[in-house]
Amino acid sequence: MYDIIIQNPLYSALLALAGLSVIFGGILGFAAIKFKVVGDPIIEQIDSLLPQTQCGQCGYPGCKPYAQAIADGDTINKCPPGGQATINAIADLLDVDAPSLNSEHGEESDTRTIAYIREDECIGCTKCIQACPVDAILGAAKLMHTVIVSECTGCDLCVDPCPVDCIDMLPVQKGLSDWKWNLPSSVGEQLLASKPSGIIASDRSGANTR
Amino acid sequence: MALLKLTSPHAHTTQNTAHVMQLVTLATIPGLIALTLFFGWGSIINVTLSCIVAVACEALVMKLRKRPVMFYLKDYSAILTAVLLGLSLPPLAPWWIAVVGVSFAIIIAKNLYGGLGFNPFNPAMIGYVVLLISFPVQMTAWPAPAELYPANMEVPGFWHSMQIVLPILNPDSMVNIATTAPNTIDAYTAATPLDTFKQNNSLLVDQFYKKEEFFSQGRLAGLGWEWINISFLLGGCYLLYRKIFTWHAPLGMLASLALCSVIFYDSGSSTSLGSPIFHLLSGATMFGAFFIITDPVTSATSNKGRLVYGVLIGILIFIIRSWGSYPDAVAFAVLLMNFAAPLIDNYTMPRTYGYSKSRGKSNITKKEDEIDAS
Amino acid sequence: MRKVWDLIGGVHPPENKHQSVKDSVGELPLPKKLIIPLNQHIGAPSKIMVSIGDSVLKGQLLAEPKGFVSTGVHAPTSGLISDIGDHSIPHPSGMSAPCITLTPDGKDKWVEHEGLKNYRDQSPDELLSIIRHSGIAGLGGAGFPTAVKLSPEKAISTLILNGTECEPYITSDDMLMREHPEDIIQGIQILSYILGDPKEILIGIENNKPEAYAALEPHLKNTTTELVAFDTRYPSGGEKQLIQILTGKEVPTKGLPSDIGIACLNVGTAYAIYRAITFGEPLISRITTVTGEACAINRNYETLIGTPISHLLKNSSFNEHACSRLIVGGPMMGFALENLDAPVIKTTNCILAPSEKEFPSPVPAQACIRCGMCAEACPASLLPQQLLWHAQSKNYEKLETQNLFDCIECGACSYVCPSNIPLVQYYRASKGEMRKQAQEKISSDKARERFEFQKIRKEKELLAKQLQRDARLKSAAEAKKKSGAEEIIQAAMDRVEATKASPEDQQARSSRRTARAEDQLNSAQKKLNTLKKDATTNQHEQAAAALEDARVRLDEARSVQGSISIKLPPSMKVDPASAAIEKAKAEAANQANLSSEEKLHNTIQSLTLRLEKSIIRLETAKTEGSENVDVLTTASNKLEEKLAATQAALLKIKT
Repeated sequence: MYDIIIQNPLYSALLALAGLSVIFGGILGFAAIKFKVVGDPIIEQIDSLLPQTQCGQCGYPGCKPYAQAIADGDTINKCPPGGQATINAIADLLDVDAPSLNSEHGEESDTRTIAYIREDECIGCTKCIQACPVDAILGAAKLMHTVIVSECTGCDLCVDPCPVDCIDMLPVQKGLSDWKWNLPSSVGEQLLASKPSGIIASDRSGANTR
Repeated sequence: MALLKLTSPHAHTTQNTAHVMQLVTLATIPGLIALTLFFGWGSIINVTLSCIVAVACEALVMKLRKRPVMFYLKDYSAILTAVLLGLSLPPLAPWWIAVVGVSFAIIIAKNLYGGLGFNPFNPAMIGYVVLLISFPVQMTAWPAPAELYPANMEVPGFWHSMQIVLPILNPDSMVNIATTAPNTIDAYTAATPLDTFKQNNSLLVDQFYKKEEFFSQGRLAGLGWEWINISFLLGGCYLLYRKIFTWHAPLGMLASLALCSVIFYDSGSSTSLGSPIFHLLSGATMFGAFFIITDPVTSATSNKGRLVYGVLIGILIFIIRSWGSYPDAVAFAVLLMNFAAPLIDNYTMPRTYGYSKSRGKSNITKKEDEIDAS
Repeated sequence: MRKVWDLIGGVHPPENKHQSVKDSVGELPLPKKLIIPLNQHIGAPSKIMVSIGDSVLKGQLLAEPKGFVSTGVHAPTSGLISDIGDHSIPHPSGMSAPCITLTPDGKDKWVEHEGLKNYRDQSPDELLSIIRHSGIAGLGGAGFPTAVKLSPEKAISTLILNGTECEPYITSDDMLMREHPEDIIQGIQILSYILGDPKEILIGIENNKPEAYAALEPHLKNTTTELVAFDTRYPSGGEKQLIQILTGKEVPTKGLPSDIGIACLNVGTAYAIYRAITFGEPLISRITTVTGEACAINRNYETLIGTPISHLLKNSSFNEHACSRLIVGGPMMGFALENLDAPVIKTTNCILAPSEKEFPSPVPAQACIRCGMCAEACPASLLPQQLLWHAQSKNYEKLETQNLFDCIECGACSYVCPSNIPLVQYYRASKGEMRKQAQEKISSDKARERFEFQKIRKEKELLAKQLQRDARLKSAAEAKKKSGAEEIIQAAMDRVEATKASPEDQQARSSRRTARAEDQLNSAQKKLNTLKKDATTNQHEQAAAALEDARVRLDEARSVQGSISIKLPPSMKVDPASAAIEKAKAEAANQANLSSEEKLHNTIQSLTLRLEKSIIRLETAKTEGSENVDVLTTASNKLEEKLAATQAALLKIKT
């Protein structure tokens, strides 16, 4: 056997390579069938990172369709409510670069806003109820409409359809329970702004309050 | 009155990074003295030259990064790196060896990664290894200990040593190399004990010891080198006493090195790999154990991790010394384990208060912990 | 000697307690205003029970507990409620919160109150209710409502009293133990009764308080309470750490001490419970240490809750210019305060006014050199340098793996850091960020659920509408088909009528038609009979159908014959159209001659007929379930109305 291999190097090489291909092909095929993943789990993962405002500012009717579009190759910087943090998280997940927010689709804002219906002016037309993607408006035809504050995501899709323009987007009140510490400034920042005492001016009163 | 708005805690110990670095530098002095006694002025010159180059390089880099230079120099880390590298170099090595090594260590091995605290590899060891591989001749030209000089040669004095290191100081040597041969280092060099031991494969250890002058008169690990190692051991014990570092890494390394040599000890045959005492007291063992592997930036974080780190370094040192091609292996072993430090960290996380077992890398669910803990 | 375990990690900062224990606990004059925040405890803020302008007595309830985890606040002295609104509170944020402002009237008159002569006569639940309504929260610093802590789900086997006071500078518990040892021990007895007599009762105290130890020890002789002293180290006074030192057990992560059958309370809380149960006095004052070099007098004071901090400082000869920062609490865990009008609340154990020399301004932090001193100091066995690394890079997953939320924020790591890194601030900021993200995740998951449900609901509605539309179309089409068939038949019959000749001819024709139909029937019958022997089902059906058809046609022919024979008439060979016109003309002429009464009679008759027909049509439509029910109903109603109107008109004419 050994002699045969020695005497016919070309054939034995070809045979060896063919044999290896068959073995590995078989393993791969088996794995492709046995470990097949139904659907694309990446869409669920991307969707879980999006803020679920369902506002449509990205151009898609909801967050799940945008997640699908991202999985199909769309750019990841179209979501203003998610902001840069969401872009970075998606970039991490997909192992790509994190671009800055595409301002065509809107600006990122720090303050969350909630819709508020001025009830004196509401005519009960239900147009805003139909527009709300998360059913956060309570009401019926010819009856008073009101926003359920805990469910409103601030997507402001209800503002446009209102025929009497009675919906305002008000910023959420930040109370004591929302306050949290800030990260200390980085070493470089501290040194660049360093005063003789070694502390930067913003350490003095009033600066760390938010 | 503008009251400062600061976060707790408001009290602080008096210790700071600069103190730590200074203490470590001071602890190398016994070893430096021993080196000078046995090998002449070369070490001191090397250390001084390295310090100057290190400070210059660090200042240059900080200027380029637009950071306040004095603030970064004040933490003495550049000086410590220079001292450690200077001590590792062969005394009487040419001046450019120190310059190339130190600048590589400071600029590339330390600052390119982000500066103090961000480097994954020990800068002094990187510098040493770069020199060893690039300039093997100069890096293996160790002078013989003073006692072993032939009668007609005298130990180079201070000025003479300076001239050997910096030939420019002696214009004659530049003009006619042949006639000034005694001025060059070749006249003074001999193989180190580790080297000779490695080369030996014909004599039994006892016979070898009797033959070689290094080991004459009952010396265990080679003339000069024993005392140097013991001096570094003293310095290390002082640092332990001052709680600069914990015992885990040094003890781990020394114990595993000794254990390995005990396991492979065959009572002095011609192919012996060395007795435990030999390994512990020759070469850079003590220096490595107390000054190199205890560098906090590049070693493991938890105490358990440091123990594992030290043990693995000891094993690696033994392996490379015995079966590798280099006589001394501390630098290589340390660099290899620097690679492994994050992995060691991952698996040696200490058990947090309130958990039944260390979480390590896997995420044990809260439920499990509660059931176990209650 | 009881066995004690060593504290894991920990540091030993200079104690600096001697300055404030030289004098006994002092009294303060009444301040001009008392500001009482509604939320001085963990849990829901108390509900206001008074309004501006009310005059209250000392100890009167100002705000009651709201919800289970809550407690109330009481008036520290008698006076007038001058304001209810936002005021700055002692909080690291420097923000304001709702407070009741009380202007003392100087009389310091107590509200009627009395304690229990023998608390053992009451059930533990009743005692807990007294505690809850006496406003008692944990005085050790956290402010957890004590009544909630004393109603755990599991049985308590060990009661620990925390007299450790491990932070430097603070001596309020020390002085309390020195001056009121009996009362504290009475309080412990009450606690023991409430908790069902736990097996072990321990008082933990550090060995830097020999006077307090000596004061407490004699009163413990006849009790089962054990006084345990251990080495001074920070933070051995933390609840989790104290439990581990005294019992060797560890509180499970994310759990409470009651999970392992231990309850841990501060000695000050025990004292407050004693006073509440025995004398009926709610919590209206506490001992607060005022210390630091910027105050000439360093002393402990019995401070009324709500005393502005500026009042305290003024009485201690505070030197503004010497003070670098004002700390509420101790140097390790206290926070810096800017607004000195903030009041002393239930958890304010110390006001520290250091000079620059005592606590020099912080230097800029250097890079972390991973020296590991922080890990050695951490009492929770965490790895602070890893936490720092991940906090700087905002890697919240790794922070979870490194157990960030087990950090008790004691500050030992920052204390030892050689690079002066403000470690605890990193952890606090990261914890806040992680909590915020967790909140956002919950609300975004809810939003996604609602969105998905809305989608499903809209699809269902669409589907239902679709079905309805299809059904309507189908029935409309069927109705159309049926009416179409009738018309054809009608047209055919009209044609027959139009082309018919004389009645005799018609009769003859119809009889011939009948005869023909009979013949067809017979032949169809015969065909069916011959088939029966050997034919397919299909052919059978066809034959049967043909037979049926023939029978129908025969019936029709017979009925036509019949109707023609009935209609044998007075043969007016008139053109039907002109006949109709003539008829109408005659009718009109008749109508004109009729009186209005008779006209109405006729209208009523015709309406009644039409109504009957319409009702019949409606009934058939109802039984068929056709779409036209509504229309027919409306029609019938209208006819009824018209009928009623006409009848009314007739009546009117008659009368």
